[in-house]
Amino acid sequence: MVVRRLLIGVFVMWGAASVIFVIVRAAPGDPAAVFLGPDATKEQIARLTATLGLDKPLFEQYVRYLGDVLRLDFGESYRLGRPAMEAVFERLPATVDLTLTATAIAVVAGLALGLVAGSRPGGAVDRVVSAATIALQSFPTFWVGIMLVLTFALGLRLLPSAGVGTPAHLVLPAVTLAFPFTAIVARLTRSSVTESMREPYVQTARSKGLSERQVLLGHALRNSLIPVVTIVGLQMGALMGGAVIVENVFAWPGLGSLVVDAVANRDYAVVQAVTLLIAGIVMVLNIVADVLYIRLDPRIRTEARS
Amino acid sequence: MMGGRVTAQHPDKSGTADPPHDGPLLRVEGLVVDLPRPDGAAGDTVRVVDGVSFDVPAGTTVGLIGESGSGKTMTALSVIGLLPDHATTGGELVWRGKNLLRPDTDWRRVRGHQISMIFQDPLAALNPSITIGRQVGEILRRAGRPRAEVRHAVIDLLDRAGVPDPERRMNSYPHEFSGGLRQRAMIALALAGSPSLLLADEPTTALDVTVQARILRLLRSIQREQGLAMLLVTHDLRVVAHVADEVVVMYAGRVAERGPAGAVLRRPAHPYTRALAASVPAVRTKTALADPLPGSPATPANRPSGCAFHPRCPLARDRCKAEVPQAREVAPGRWSACHFAEEVFTP
Ligand SMILES: Nc1ncnc2c1ncn2[C@@H]1O[C@H](COP(=O)(O)OP(=O)(O)OP(=O)(O)O)[C@@H](O)[C@H]1O
Ligand code: SF4
Ligand SMILES: [Mg+2]
Repeated sequence: MVVRRLLIGVFVMWGAASVIFVIVRAAPGDPAAVFLGPDATKEQIARLTATLGLDKPLFEQYVRYLGDVLRLDFGESYRLGRPAMEAVFERLPATVDLTLTATAIAVVAGLALGLVAGSRPGGAVDRVVSAATIALQSFPTFWVGIMLVLTFALGLRLLPSAGVGTPAHLVLPAVTLAFPFTAIVARLTRSSVTESMREPYVQTARSKGLSERQVLLGHALRNSLIPVVTIVGLQMGALMGGAVIVENVFAWPGLGSLVVDAVANRDYAVVQAVTLLIAGIVMVLNIVADVLYIRLDPRIRTEARS
Repeated sequence: MMGGRVTAQHPDKSGTADPPHDGPLLRVEGLVVDLPRPDGAAGDTVRVVDGVSFDVPAGTTVGLIGESGSGKTMTALSVIGLLPDHATTGGELVWRGKNLLRPDTDWRRVRGHQISMIFQDPLAALNPSITIGRQVGEILRRAGRPRAEVRHAVIDLLDRAGVPDPERRMNSYPHEFSGGLRQRAMIALALAGSPSLLLADEPTTALDVTVQARILRLLRSIQREQGLAMLLVTHDLRVVAHVADEVVVMYAGRVAERGPAGAVLRRPAHPYTRALAASVPAVRTKTALADPLPGSPATPANRPSGCAFHPRCPLARDRCKAEVPQAREVAPGRWSACHFAEEVFTP
């Protein structure tokens, strides 16, 4: 089962690598010209193009590119003057910190809100949570980030507005990134819990003399978690997209700010390295979510074994 | 027998050990259940159970029978305090001398430990992601019993419910069991807290015909062996004929007739019971031909005036439309809610 998923993953990565190859080359603008600036001579541009291998036939470029991908070697970043992968790995930890923290916030807050709301559908808490989650999801990320900075950094002076260094620096960007994700987890948990609480096995649990709390946590939650786990896995991929915006708002030195800079300057090597790395991470997350899903649902576990 | 010992060691975990009381284990007295009308405005309710009275003496099986929608499930659910949200109740449910419908009832001590329930569809009634053993043993575990003891009790309970190889099968999940085995596991689960009353709502309806008889026999033997009382909800007269000591016949939320099962089925004292019995071949006569019940059942939502059965009753006359018949004891132990019971019943 897992092996099959891994094989599929390899194909997905190959597809992703090819798509990136095409997109990067289809984009307008000559990287050599962009890099050398408006004053560069024709000869200078031609020389740089040759160095970058951009004068070779597309197919040859593609084969060489796939070989590089396998070795995780995306060549030199002509802007940074060093291997693109090195720059990417240097920035990776900051993005991982940010997304993991945001995920933790979203999962804890989302599960709690969803559980409370879902245990009494239609109740006061449920209505507040429903309204709040719709609001959370509809605000654009950069706007939320700016609002949080205005309130907590500039207004209350509780937290730093940008940069890195202390755990306090992580709070605002992580919370900003967690906002829409929290809403998704909360809404899904809520509907999942509401549905579970209507299942006949919940009546059985009550007929054993369990308290509502024991029924909720011991019987309904378990089955409600199954879809939530899948969505968390899938959404963490989308979170890396959100990280690009958040990192730029908060000057957070992760992959997001790196890739925006690279795109603006047609730094192929870096763009390819970052994109493929994120694709790889998303793929691994999806496989992890699938495996967890199988572990959580004994019915699927039986199918998977046979 | 481990289960027997369990009962002896923990006569009543709730500490509400029965004060000596006279009368039956459970006395249902004028029970009323109002449910909000699904599409109606707030405050608009339907009386789905309307003044139901009957007794469940300790150690006996009472069959609760009636067509779909007659309020059998609602009656059973009110006994264990599991009516749908927003249901309101009236009358009395006197359990061991105490009225369960009073607001101070601690249902958590009653449920599972004194009264437990098995449901119609055992697959839906079991939690799909928890092993059978854990579900059966949960009530004991939550009562703080040591792990090894719970394990032994679970194996014994499953064994007595006829689950083969319980030591191994306790680690299975519900979907790995057949329908019959699931209902056996459900029975083990319901017995785990050593209750004295078992509510069984159509326990065999969802099962294969071949399995139904076996599950019924199991319930009957467990009930006898342990001196349990059982309220068996069914719409199948044959089930009542085989298993029940007493029978309560419900129609549109009211009791039409009640009395000893054999006597009621052989010589009904209510036109509805008579029609019901005539609609089932093997119950009264050996003829294969059965007379289907004429007309369609009245629902509590639009219950006819007077006697709710009057539109379908061959004996109906003006009085039946105007006046709701009250249950009368037409012979010792035989109660009928028909104005003209004497015309049906031959003592
Ligand atoms: N959740 C609910 N809300 C409102 N009305 C309900 C609800 N559940 C059942 N009813 C109504 O209450 C009445 C009695 O239902 P009940 O389930 O007790 O009947 P029953 O005798 O058990 O029938 P069946 O043989 O179909 O199980 C029916 O008319 C039904 O439509
Ligand atoms: S009261 Fe009248 S309508 Fe009702 S069962 Fe008796 S004879 Fe029939
Ligand atoms: Mg029912």
